[in-house]
Amino acid sequence: MSTQTKTPPSAAVGIEDYKPDVLPGFGSRLLAEQSFWVTVAVVAICVVMTFLQPDSFSTADNFFNITRNFAYVGIMALGMTAVIITGGIDLSVGSVMGLVGVACGLVLQAGYPWWLAVLVSLGVGGICGAVNGVLVAYVKLPSFVVTLGMLAAARSIAIVVSANKMIYDFGPDGDIFDDIGGGELLGLSHMIWLLLILAIGFGLVFRFTTWGRHLFAIGGNEQAARLTGVPVDRIKLQAYIVCALTAAIASIMVVGWQGSAINALGTGYELRVIASTVIGGANLLGGEGGAFGAFIGAALIEVIRNSLLMAGVDSNWQGLFVGVVIVFAVLLNRIRGSRGD
Amino acid sequence: MAVLELKGVSKHFGAIEAVSNVDFSLEPGEVVGLMGDNGAGKSTLVKIIAGNFPPSGGEILLEGSPVHFHKPADARAAGIEVVYQDLALCNNLTAAGNVFLARELKRGFRPFQILHDALMHRRSRELFGELKSETRPGQMVRRMSGGQRQAVAIARTRLSKAKVVLMDEPTAAISVRQVAEVLELLRRLRDQGIAVVLISHRMPDVFEVADRIVVLRRGHKVADKGIKGSSPEEVTGLITGAIRAA
Repeated sequence: MSTQTKTPPSAAVGIEDYKPDVLPGFGSRLLAEQSFWVTVAVVAICVVMTFLQPDSFSTADNFFNITRNFAYVGIMALGMTAVIITGGIDLSVGSVMGLVGVACGLVLQAGYPWWLAVLVSLGVGGICGAVNGVLVAYVKLPSFVVTLGMLAAARSIAIVVSANKMIYDFGPDGDIFDDIGGGELLGLSHMIWLLLILAIGFGLVFRFTTWGRHLFAIGGNEQAARLTGVPVDRIKLQAYIVCALTAAIASIMVVGWQGSAINALGTGYELRVIASTVIGGANLLGGEGGAFGAFIGAALIEVIRNSLLMAGVDSNWQGLFVGVVIVFAVLLNRIRGSRGD
Repeated sequence: MAVLELKGVSKHFGAIEAVSNVDFSLEPGEVVGLMGDNGAGKSTLVKIIAGNFPPSGGEILLEGSPVHFHKPADARAAGIEVVYQDLALCNNLTAAGNVFLARELKRGFRPFQILHDALMHRRSRELFGELKSETRPGQMVRRMSGGQRQAVAIARTRLSKAKVVLMDEPTAAISVRQVAEVLELLRRLRDQGIAVVLISHRMPDVFEVADRIVVLRRGHKVADKGIKGSSPEEVTGLITGAIRAA
């Protein structure tokens, strides 16, 4: 306590227990944030690219493209962050995206209104998430295995339901749908606006609500959370549902933007999504992560991809660079972790 | 009247009898030392009382009326608090976050309630002050010493108006100086009329604060007597089985 006079610890006892009672200031806390350094990296790359390619990189068109391209990955990364904070993982987001896209396309093709397509999409996503969540939280199977199963199953259903055909005839509400996903507002795509709104929403939920606090508690020490009365199973279930819902939202937006739904939509996206959260500072062991991290992690991957493209590097090299960044991000996380303890 | 009473409580896991036919009662303002070797059934008994799992047989009375706990929250709501051996803390949360875990203070109107961090910090600071702990509410548990962690876990039990506090090996992992602090706190709990069960291997601690001692061996209660009528030597004999019963 501040009112208490500090007596020096007796030399005989408890030296190892006597830790200085200081809290790190704002500056040092900021420097310890991985997302801060990723932001610095994003800005640095943009500055360098502006000098190297002023005519192609730093244009309004390219900015529009970059922000739209990472927006749907970022939206999914927000949901993924909730799951990863609990110490789980969801490998099925790409396949859920594909299945939702097909469901959405079929509803529109059948001539139903746009809002019904949105509701059905969210419903399909929610069901996929609920299946994942029940198997992980209540049947207590490892999330890796459960969502790997869903990755295969959802994609398979998508292919069967779509009869392996592209759905592009969106019926009477097709134009409205195209505008939802492909439209723009104040010079930026609807998609990035939605990401911004969701990122702020998730950020507030993670920081200021009981639900957010409990996600972190589960990831920090699941047994402790359970013993103290946190409804661990319910919250884990909800986290998987939220994650699948973000995949559904991303799918709705991409289907609108592309003006078509294919069953291959989202193939391999789980890696980009997980990479985004990890680059942004989420810890795959749980207990750590944030909305801004998911946002900026997704941005970094896209900025690197775009820069390589602009610099004329063969696009087949992109995977290598992204892979290096992921490993480097985890390494950075490890270094910060060992310094913190 | 006994605040907590166990009548013929048993618990078996398959063929293994972890606790058999244990009678046990606890008066308000009493510190009972619960002792026994590893695997004697101490932790199982604590977990039954704390509602982690139901007994296979027997009944639990709280202030004279039978209770059935299905989960730890039930026991807690009834006024039974536990400080677990591993302290059940989340390293990635602050001291205040841990103290109020699963009973966070909120503000605003449903369903738009948000965490009231300022109030939780203030209340935690008061609790730590009562415990004369140097712990700060905003400090991360991962950066804390063993004694500070103990303070956080104990502060938790003071949040609610607990009638019974079960402490599982509270002095096992902390320094000598902090053992004295924890024992002092135990006395303070007792002075407020709270019944405390101290589960410990450390004979000197038990003999310093306990009023009564209960010894378990292989799931059976082999002794239940006032501390004044016993001795560390006798208790050691009871724990190891050199003395059959007392």
